[in-house]
Amino acid sequence: MVKKRKSKPTEKLDVSNHILVPKHEKCSETEKKALLKKFNVEIKDLPKISINDAAIVDMNLQPGDVVKITRASPTAGESIFYRVVIEIK
Amino acid sequence: MDEYVHKKVDRIEFGFMSSKAIKDMASAKIVTPELYDKEGYPVDGGLMDIRLGVIDPGLKCKTCGGKLKECPGHFGYMELARPVIHIKFITLLYDLVRCTCRDCGRILIPKTKIDKCMEDLVRVELEGGLTARRDRIKEIITELKSTNQCPYCKAKQFKITLEKPTTFLEEEKKISPIEVRMRLEKMTDDDLKVFGINPVALRPEWTVLTVMPIPSVTMRPSITLESGERSEDDLTHKLGDIVRINQRLFENINAGAPEIIIEDLWDLLQYHITTFFDNEVSQLPPARHRSGQPLKTLTARIKSKEGRIRHNLAGKRTNFSARTVISPDPKLNINEVGIPKVVAMKLTVPQRVTTWNMEYLKQFVSRGPETYPGSNYVIRPDGKRKRITNETKEQLVEEIQPGFIVERHLMDGDIAIFNRQPSLHRMSMMCHKIKVLPGLTFRINPAVCEPYNADFDGDEMNLHIPQTEEARAEAEILMHVPTQIISPRYGLSIIGCNKDAQTGMYVLSKKDFKLTREEAVDLLAAINITDFSRLPDKEIVSGRDVISALLPKDFNFTGYSKVYKENKEDPDAIVKIEKGHLKSGVLDNANLGEGQGLLLRHIYKQYGPDFASDFLGKIFRLGNAVLTYTGFTTGIGDIDISADAKKQIMDITDNTYVEVDQLIKDYNEGTLETLPGRSMKETLELKILEKLNKARNRSGKIVADTARKDSELMTMIKSGGAGNLLNLAQMSACVGQQSMRGGRISKGYEDRTLSVFKKNDLSPAARGFIKEGFKDGLRPHELFFMSMTGRDSLMDTALRTPKSGYLYRRLANAMQDLKVNNDFTVRDASNKIVQFVYGEDGVDVTKSESGRINVKRIIEKVVTEE
Repeated sequence: MVKKRKSKPTEKLDVSNHILVPKHEKCSETEKKALLKKFNVEIKDLPKISINDAAIVDMNLQPGDVVKITRASPTAGESIFYRVVIEIK
Repeated sequence: MDEYVHKKVDRIEFGFMSSKAIKDMASAKIVTPELYDKEGYPVDGGLMDIRLGVIDPGLKCKTCGGKLKECPGHFGYMELARPVIHIKFITLLYDLVRCTCRDCGRILIPKTKIDKCMEDLVRVELEGGLTARRDRIKEIITELKSTNQCPYCKAKQFKITLEKPTTFLEEEKKISPIEVRMRLEKMTDDDLKVFGINPVALRPEWTVLTVMPIPSVTMRPSITLESGERSEDDLTHKLGDIVRINQRLFENINAGAPEIIIEDLWDLLQYHITTFFDNEVSQLPPARHRSGQPLKTLTARIKSKEGRIRHNLAGKRTNFSARTVISPDPKLNINEVGIPKVVAMKLTVPQRVTTWNMEYLKQFVSRGPETYPGSNYVIRPDGKRKRITNETKEQLVEEIQPGFIVERHLMDGDIAIFNRQPSLHRMSMMCHKIKVLPGLTFRINPAVCEPYNADFDGDEMNLHIPQTEEARAEAEILMHVPTQIISPRYGLSIIGCNKDAQTGMYVLSKKDFKLTREEAVDLLAAINITDFSRLPDKEIVSGRDVISALLPKDFNFTGYSKVYKENKEDPDAIVKIEKGHLKSGVLDNANLGEGQGLLLRHIYKQYGPDFASDFLGKIFRLGNAVLTYTGFTTGIGDIDISADAKKQIMDITDNTYVEVDQLIKDYNEGTLETLPGRSMKETLELKILEKLNKARNRSGKIVADTARKDSELMTMIKSGGAGNLLNLAQMSACVGQQSMRGGRISKGYEDRTLSVFKKNDLSPAARGFIKEGFKDGLRPHELFFMSMTGRDSLMDTALRTPKSGYLYRRLANAMQDLKVNNDFTVRDASNKIVQFVYGEDGVDVTKSESGRINVKRIIEKVVTEE
């Protein structure tokens, strides 16, 4: 038996504080350039993230921006990942 | 050798043939549905016209002059009375018709926007690749189809719908293929580019067929039945229908028949041509044989698992292979495979004759195909293969010169690739050295069962013989069993000791195992060791001395045995090897087992694959030999328990029954305290289950504590070779609860499981709890409950296998071209990044200790070396 929620929550939930959401940061233009140079790739070759993704929706990003994601990893301790913001209709 | 590559394929572009191209390509015009005349000779202008190629021996192709097998076949063509839409392009046509003006044929984008649109597409492709561009085009199409005025000629546009499969309707009125074709002809080349169509390769009006290409006879051969009757290919049948209807349509048009009749025939022609291309179009009844089975037309030939691509191109059959039942042979090395003599005499290895091996190879030829080791074929330098028979062998021996190739029988030490399906990981196909043995089965060392996931209950395996020097070298370097000992899944040895070999090693490595030097020498000799200098020169030696004789002299190792987890103080808990001497600890499953323990991994790492493989073979045989020497039997006596223990177990179950009865009573009275989020009934079930499990565990513990520690059964359990404490407890004390879908058994009759129980009986026995052990036997209802769970798990496995197989197929296809690059990134075929560092940590699991790098051990090693 699932209880129905009586009213909508008044406060918006900030997912970034949730334990399962890794740290998302915006890369500066220089960081972005350095990244593309380091891996010798174009922006389209990077993994993607939707601009509406709950973790970044409040970060005021533009399509084409790069997000740096720092995750806790059971094997490496901490692992760094990059995603390019895209628009999905 | 020079490479003679003058031109390389850079890219392939697919296009569509215009009517003119079809006519130019064709070598015959087909006008009649007849196939053969009275003499059985192909009719000119018929579907079996000999200008389309020949399939009868003796006839010559009129186009190329080639005979059967020389002539590749040639296309013909047929003039269609009325144009017909090609079913495979219907979606494209639908898009085009909706996005272009019905009057002037221009795309419904204003002139001002068209350049911007193209620029947008180029930009999208640059950013997101071809897929993004295609998606963008789709968006443009959805925008355009609702436009209702042409921006060029201002003509009003109507809504066009597609009535499946092939009819276009404009405001409920049919647009005939002629009209469709006319509209498409008006489209400009520049407009086509917006849709991503290259107008040189595909003008859209070409997809409305006015001319039909007739495939060659060679791709639809007829077969002659035993009765002398001819049976035609499905495609020929279909083409016959098309030609027949086409002729009728021509006649009716020429005779000026009423429009309705012509329309009907036209639709019929459309149907036949559609099913010729694809007989599985939805909303269209498939064309059938007279027997009722659907015709196999062009699409069915290519598509799906049985189609040309997956069946013939991606899945090829191979020569020089064998398949038979496998059986175990612990005397073989782990990198060997025993093959029957009959197989060895059928499969061959080509060997080139040189001045140095000529005499040697001549012996093989002179022995012929029926004496082992002989040879089956001789290949002359001009490439002609000659079969060796007992009659021709003398003559062939005389012929042999350097440069000939002799296909000799398989011999010991030849290289073979051995495989068991399903080939789920790379260890499913490994390279073995051949050992020719009597018998009719393939023999493998039981230690390599684990990587193949094989057992000997009737499993069959495949054997392949590489035919070139390169293939053999590659197999030996990349696939040889010794190189596969460490699994890339967890970085530990996947090949290890099990069952009797493991038990034997455990017995031998126990502290108080003593034997005379003579016996020790016997043991070592039994496993083909002739150097006894490493055995201490004493009258009585220990089992550990015997094991140490196999270890390398400079080997140091510290590990933990199974008992370490329970009791760290146990003298057997820590396995210590110093300078090749086993000082303490027992070699149980935790050190020698499959997929656990570091002992084998360290030996592999320090002394290489070949030594590790050899060592594994030795300890495997040593374990077997020890059991043979000491004798090892387990019997029903091993599961006996003392009267006292029996009493304790009885008490436990009785008490539990009382407790459960109390719970049921509480439940019936409604006083049972419910768990959060559970109903009363669920709470009861959970609590009962908990109680019963506890009872089984406690009786299991009593069994484990009171059972004889030195019984053979306990030895097997403790070594990890076979069995576990749960098995023992189930045999001697209590089988426990039979569970289905995570709960007690509840289905069956109305409110009860079996008719021997009262309705709504919730007591343990009525819901599948088996109180006593297997040794005490099962009551009828208990046997029934066991059968229920047994059948349930059997069905579960049978249903799960194909599901997981398909899951695996999808996973493998999705990941097949991912690759770890030199900068540690994982990328796909188009160089898109999937991971920035492989597996987040960049560790090659094969080179790690179960995924981790043990820095401490490396430091210790470096320090001790200095």
